[in-house]
Amino acid sequence: MTDTTKSLRSPLGRARGLGSAKDGTHHWWAQRVTAIAMIPLMLWFVASIVSLAGAPLPAVQAWIASPISAVLLLSLIVAVFHHAQLGLQVVIEDYVHAEGVKLVLLLAVKGAAWLFGGIAAFSVLKIAFGG
Amino acid sequence: MANDQTQAAGGKRPRPLSPHLQIYRLPVTALSSITHRATGVALSAGTLLLVCWLVAAANGPAAFAGVSAFIGSPIGLLLIFGWSLALFYHLGNGIRHLFWDAGHGFDIATAEKSAYAVIAFAVGATLLAWIVAFAVMGGR
Repeated sequence: MTDTTKSLRSPLGRARGLGSAKDGTHHWWAQRVTAIAMIPLMLWFVASIVSLAGAPLPAVQAWIASPISAVLLLSLIVAVFHHAQLGLQVVIEDYVHAEGVKLVLLLAVKGAAWLFGGIAAFSVLKIAFGG
Repeated sequence: MANDQTQAAGGKRPRPLSPHLQIYRLPVTALSSITHRATGVALSAGTLLLVCWLVAAANGPAAFAGVSAFIGSPIGLLLIFGWSLALFYHLGNGIRHLFWDAGHGFDIATAEKSAYAVIAFAVGATLLAWIVAFAVMGGR
């Protein structure tokens, strides 16, 4: 144990273990959780897409609308876009050092992930509920 | 301290340089690391193609025919092929990262072997997926 009398970190700060970003291991953990979720989801998705190669629209829509596909697709969309924006955030933080540009890029990436994820999820729901 | 040594040598000792990327041959572990990041960025962009596909399927025959025509074009096929190769690489190397997170395979010999295993998996899985996809299309 470190001697608390010589540490600049307060005992409470060390007990919380959230570090200077007040975020702890949350970013790292969310990246792993979405990664593990995507292992089966992506293998299922690729296998499905391969089996749908060259399929006509009604067959594609019927596949998307089936309950299992729709729920798994929605899960995949959430995991993909969350994982993508977490990863792109790290890339931006590593390479972009101008504070203003960095902030704009981070907001753009987070906003784009939210919007495109929403568009993808809405499309699945629209097909599933026969819009 | 290194600084003290330099000063002791009269400040003439050449300082160590970081690897010069244009002449330094990266070890396979470093290559696999930067490729993981590059494929992650590429996959993020490629996901927009998935969004286009879903939107087209939700919009009806005209939109779906347009997106299908693009996907079936040489540029579309090249993009999807690149997407699938990047996906299988990132998937395989991601699993490699999860093993590291669990504390396994960190020694250099194992890390080099797993780097080659990931490359072999990515190429093999991509080829398998495309062979099956073309077989499925041929059977329609």
